[in-house]
Amino acid sequence: MNLLVGKTWVFGDDISTDHIAPGRHFHLRSNLPELRKHVLEDAREDFAKNVKPGDFVVAGKNFGLGSSREHAPAIIKLAGVSAVLAQSFARIFFRNAVNIGLPVILVNTSGINDGDELEVNLEKGILKNRTSGKEASFPPLSKEMMGILKDGGLVEHIKKHGEITL
Amino acid sequence: MAEKIFSAKCGREVRAGEIVVARVDLAFAQDGTGPLAIRQIEKLGLRGVARPDATLFFFDHASPSPRKELSDDHVFMRTFSKNTGAGVSEVGAGICHQLVAERHAAPGMLIVGGDSHTCTAGAFGAFATGVGSTDVAVAMALGQTWFRVPESFSVELTGRFEKGVFAKDLILHLIGDIGAAGATYQALEFSGDLEALDMESRLTVSNMAVEAGAKAGLFPADEITLAYLEDRGRSGEKLGPDPGASYQRSLEYDLGRIEPTVSKPHSVDNTALARDLSDVKVDQVFIGTCTNGRIGDLQIAADMLAGKKIENGVRLLVGPASRETYLEAERHGLLRIFVEAGGLVLPPGCGPCVGVHQGALGSGEVALATQNRNFKGRMGNPEGFIYLASPATATATALTGRITDPRKVTT
Repeated sequence: MNLLVGKTWVFGDDISTDHIAPGRHFHLRSNLPELRKHVLEDAREDFAKNVKPGDFVVAGKNFGLGSSREHAPAIIKLAGVSAVLAQSFARIFFRNAVNIGLPVILVNTSGINDGDELEVNLEKGILKNRTSGKEASFPPLSKEMMGILKDGGLVEHIKKHGEITL
Repeated sequence: MAEKIFSAKCGREVRAGEIVVARVDLAFAQDGTGPLAIRQIEKLGLRGVARPDATLFFFDHASPSPRKELSDDHVFMRTFSKNTGAGVSEVGAGICHQLVAERHAAPGMLIVGGDSHTCTAGAFGAFATGVGSTDVAVAMALGQTWFRVPESFSVELTGRFEKGVFAKDLILHLIGDIGAAGATYQALEFSGDLEALDMESRLTVSNMAVEAGAKAGLFPADEITLAYLEDRGRSGEKLGPDPGASYQRSLEYDLGRIEPTVSKPHSVDNTALARDLSDVKVDQVFIGTCTNGRIGDLQIAADMLAGKKIENGVRLLVGPASRETYLEAERHGLLRIFVEAGGLVLPPGCGPCVGVHQGALGSGEVALATQNRNFKGRMGNPEGFIYLASPATATATALTGRITDPRKVTT
């Protein structure tokens, strides 16, 4: 998972978990493949249908605010998104994403345009925009969080180590 | 206070920024997050929970279930609880956060819940925080989980509310000031002259801490807290910050200067004064939820509605937060007042706040609700518009059909 390459889908500030996994599809929470068909539906209608494996979700401030529904990062991951890049994240979404093995990257996203091709090195904290030629750095996730991500999420991490290891 | 509670739990001095593993006193999930939490426990290869008496499942988001898929989720949760001995709060008992307040919370407890508004129990001086299904699964299965000890953000309160102004106005005003990410990762800690805030008011304030991004919303445990616990046959000890505690940020508010406040669509921090929104016509008013569905809230509404009728063309939905609230409202004749005024009473539960059932908005419709969120799509329709306010502002609005400052309605 070290080098991620894909095209971007750009979103604005304050994308809530209601945008990502709307409450009117609540009955699909135990059927994630169906719920995934509505991922980010209330922010961009074209996303769920056209997102390709490896693509990036790129957003502004406070991505994922609102409810604790883990289904939100889960269906973003299920859609094949390789990472979410944002200026800032809401606390619960950030932790949920790591817990289910979806990389979240805190980085200045202001110069990134929709459809740009990005190359992300998670461990080194380097973001290359192949379309614009610009390069940026970001603080890599902590050792503990990278450990959880690499194992594929907290459940797999605990199974591997037999307990919560930090 | 956050450092103090985590230090007590860890048996050593811990500081903000530290990552600690701590034993939790209560772990719970609701019917939206519980099924996934159970599947995660099963994925861990475990069939039980570490402490059945400290593990609870609530049925409140789809209550009663409107669809077979959700009924099946309920069956799944009931079966798991039966097999593991975990507690179940059935359909009709009420909203998880209200029941935690009525039955479980105490000063100094460490509580995690698979619902973002778990911070409600911070009103008791408990460190209570919302987590996802995997986190709550780990807490249920192992009895402990990891935390980053948060920095604290102090909010000092002085003065008294004017007539017609309530705790909801304070917290909306605060979120409007600091923004929806104004306290991200931090523990909001309220202090000062807190006599003006009874337990129900504190629950309203703590409930919405997460709308400023906070991990917790803490009140010190004082005489008011202990009296509330004693009334319910529980006990606790006073708990407050140490003298000279340090804060990442501090703000002060004079309650006497707060006015009836409203959050406009589609974000909680998009606030305005109720009196400046009198041209906004409203189709549906909802009084209820874990934010403002308690007996004091319903009493405020009933006092304003007694002997009156709501405006033609407005739907008024009232949802008591719990069975206890429902029964008390019934005893005091409040339910009759709501129905006679032209409203309807929902069963205890989350009601239309999560967009699952019981009052989804039509496209282009406008709601004013006492809940905590007004995100696009929240009440079941991304083409709907949601305003948030206190029960008093909601009632005044139901009476006039337009957003109305409650100070303009005589009781």
